Amino acid sequence: MDTAVTAKKKWWAGGYSPFNVNYGKLMMWYFLISDAFTFGALLISYGTIRFSSTSWPDPNEVFRSFPGMGHANLPLMFVSLMTFILIMSSVTMVLAVHAGHHRDKKAVAKWMIFTIIGGIAFLSCQAWEWTHLYHEGAWWGRNPFVNVDGTAATTNFTNFFFTITGFHGLHVTSGVIINIIILINVLKGTYEHRGHYEMVEKVGLYWHFVDLVWVFVFTCFYLL
Amino acid sequence: MEHTQSAEVLEPVHHDSSTSVIWQTFWILLAITVGEVGLAFLHLEYGFMPRMFLNGIFIILTLFKAFYIVARFMHLGSEIRNLIMTVLMPLLLFVWFIIAFLYEGHSWKNLRKDLAPGTKVEAPKVPNAEHEPHH
Repeated sequence: MDTAVTAKKKWWAGGYSPFNVNYGKLMMWYFLISDAFTFGALLISYGTIRFSSTSWPDPNEVFRSFPGMGHANLPLMFVSLMTFILIMSSVTMVLAVHAGHHRDKKAVAKWMIFTIIGGIAFLSCQAWEWTHLYHEGAWWGRNPFVNVDGTAATTNFTNFFFTITGFHGLHVTSGVIINIIILINVLKGTYEHRGHYEMVEKVGLYWHFVDLVWVFVFTCFYLL
Repeated sequence: MEHTQSAEVLEPVHHDSSTSVIWQTFWILLAITVGEVGLAFLHLEYGFMPRMFLNGIFIILTLFKAFYIVARFMHLGSEIRNLIMTVLMPLLLFVWFIIAFLYEGHSWKNLRKDLAPGTKVEAPKVPNAEHEPHH
């Protein structure tokens, strides 16, 4: 392989993978593009309905609770913690990928375990938040929160909130399950035998995508 | 399965042996998030900055975070140009998608306001109506 002429290499003339990645990784990217459009469609429909409403509930009024803090008014605190947990688990995932490049089986397993713990912690937070909102009377088709201008709100707010955070939570759940499967394979030595840890990279892409979606959910539901 | 994997000819990718870039990215993401929450609190407590302006800042900061996650964590920044373009170009559809749908939503809001019960209706002006030729 002549690396000196990389810039002028004829990628499409055959003999090379035009994207310089393996089939599986490329297909993961294509899946993530389609998933990005799914989430994009959900968030844009939320935006459209919000734009078409004369008023909307104030997120700082709705999301102001923190576990164990009773009725203290703490807007944004809990969701910031959730965001931090997910970013942190993204970091441990990328560290697992990094260890995989160096064929360090023990380190891969260690960082995968931290990532799984982070994912479960995030899901637990979301379960608490959903339960809390449910006990406040919020659910699909039910909205106890009033609009900023004091008028009665429609159920659009809760419907979109539970649908979109639920769909994201479903992605986190499947991500945790896939991570556990990969961790088992790592421990069994499957990838050591195969000679590379590319599977860790592929689930890593998925996991980072879940984090990426949360960044947008965080902005759209809690900040704007 | 393994056969098809090893059959492809790939350029060797250089992997940095240090984790400093990963941690640097983490601190950037954390700092942006803390900054966002801080701005939101300033707005809540002191009414700092008009809402529309603040929302614009939030969206820009969100896009920054997205860039760092995709470029660094998902490693897209280090892939070859062909792959970067293949992934990013389809996402340009979002530009149309967002503008068209939010515009539609906004127009619905105006309709709702104009047609709400109790809204005063101005008599439609028909200029030069009497000069219209009769057929």
